[in-house]
Amino acid sequence: MADATATLRVFRGDAETGKAVDYEVPLTPGMVVLDAIHSIQANQSPDLAVRWNCKAAKCGSCSAEVNGRPKLMCKTRMDSLPPDQPITVFPIKTFPVIKDLVTDVSWNYEVNKKIPAFKPKPNAEWKMYQRDVDRGQEFRKCIECFLCQNVCHVLRDHDKKQDFGGPRFFVRTAALEMHPLDSRNRIPLLREQLGIGYCNITKCCTEVCPEDIHITDNAIIPLKERVVDQFYDPLTMIVRKIFPAK
Amino acid sequence: MADSSTLKGLTRFGSTQRRDAWWIENLPFIIVFGGFLAYATWRAIENNYFWVAPYLSPFYSPLIDPHHHWWPFSPAFLILGGPGGFRITCYYYRKAYYRAAFAHPLGCAVSEGHRGYSGERKFPLILQNVHRYFFYVVTIILAFLWYDTVVAFNFNGHFGIGVGTIVMLVDVILLTTYSLSCHSLRHLVGGKLDCFSCTTFGKPRHAAWRGVTILNEHHMFWAWVSMISVGLTDLYIRLVASGAIRDIRLL
Repeated sequence: MADATATLRVFRGDAETGKAVDYEVPLTPGMVVLDAIHSIQANQSPDLAVRWNCKAAKCGSCSAEVNGRPKLMCKTRMDSLPPDQPITVFPIKTFPVIKDLVTDVSWNYEVNKKIPAFKPKPNAEWKMYQRDVDRGQEFRKCIECFLCQNVCHVLRDHDKKQDFGGPRFFVRTAALEMHPLDSRNRIPLLREQLGIGYCNITKCCTEVCPEDIHITDNAIIPLKERVVDQFYDPLTMIVRKIFPAK
Repeated sequence: MADSSTLKGLTRFGSTQRRDAWWIENLPFIIVFGGFLAYATWRAIENNYFWVAPYLSPFYSPLIDPHHHWWPFSPAFLILGGPGGFRITCYYYRKAYYRAAFAHPLGCAVSEGHRGYSGERKFPLILQNVHRYFFYVVTIILAFLWYDTVVAFNFNGHFGIGVGTIVMLVDVILLTTYSLSCHSLRHLVGGKLDCFSCTTFGKPRHAAWRGVTILNEHHMFWAWVSMISVGLTDLYIRLVASGAIRDIRLL
């Protein structure tokens, strides 16, 4: 292992021009891709740009495409990748490249502003049972790495950034909508401004989530069903007219 | 979008940097679901060998107007729209055929190229929102399938068990489990609630939601095994009805 090396094929460039550059990196036990990138920075190319913070899969900063798969570099072990070919490390594809592996993800923060914050019910009793917050706790695990946003084909291939919120913000909306004390109705927002109808539930977001949040089954589909309740199911709409929610 | 020249090459249809065989997961769907669709259509058109006492094929149950008093076509066409629609609008099957048949996307992080896309916002795909109505229809059909299964224990007025009885029993259990693992049912029994503790019957609804959730976690599995079982059940009854094989009485 001491003499073993790996070749990393890293994207170098910006939004205008760029190319893949090969680097030979010595391997060490337990090494992750982010270690290899740091090794390149320290020994070969100090101007290589990479965004990272915790190196513990909790800050969500080091998202990249490793061998074409959206991953956190700090959570991807070098020994999990085929050693016989160069390992490609590219910036996440959905967002504009600033430099090398760093992309501009600020669009996500603009989407976040569209979602009305938590507003408690009047005279809410501030006591909650575990069974009422289980669902929300799963969604709170999100570290905002935006890998789900990156892999979602609605954003990645169709660039519907004007009309579509993306999986991350369906997770956030689900956490608020399923909150036992929240009083707001974000379902019209989901249908119109966040464009949940664009999602065709192909589950790529769930597949890449490093926090193992069941984004599609536990957030998006339940929200789609709530949209059906309010906009597409005549039976539920009649029942709601007769027995309005208190 | 990441749009420098090196990255532009990744926007062509089917292009990806992935090295694993991502396309393999589409193959079972194309082969098995495509095969099932072809077989079910052929069997519905065939309009024969669907009944051999005491077994009735699930493709023809409930059996409506088999003697063509008012419906000139195969009776299977009167009911297959229910289970068919339930599967077509099922959240699992949608994932599978959007990938395998529509290539939206072909695979995760595999480029679709620059094709038009409106998701499930416009006709006809906006009709996916009626999934829960197909659930209501298949629930009624399931009641008939359970009735048929009880009848399959009745051999000329005497209790008995044949291989066909077991086949039908396994099939109806798998179909029921698939229906009980439905995302729409999960929503209707409790998922629509924000607060289980603040609602009338909140505890039993939470228990029901938990139960459906446990099944729902394996919705894809139940979708596959129930589809295969219903096809094999029909095939078994067809083979017995046509005289190709004999049903073995176990009891």
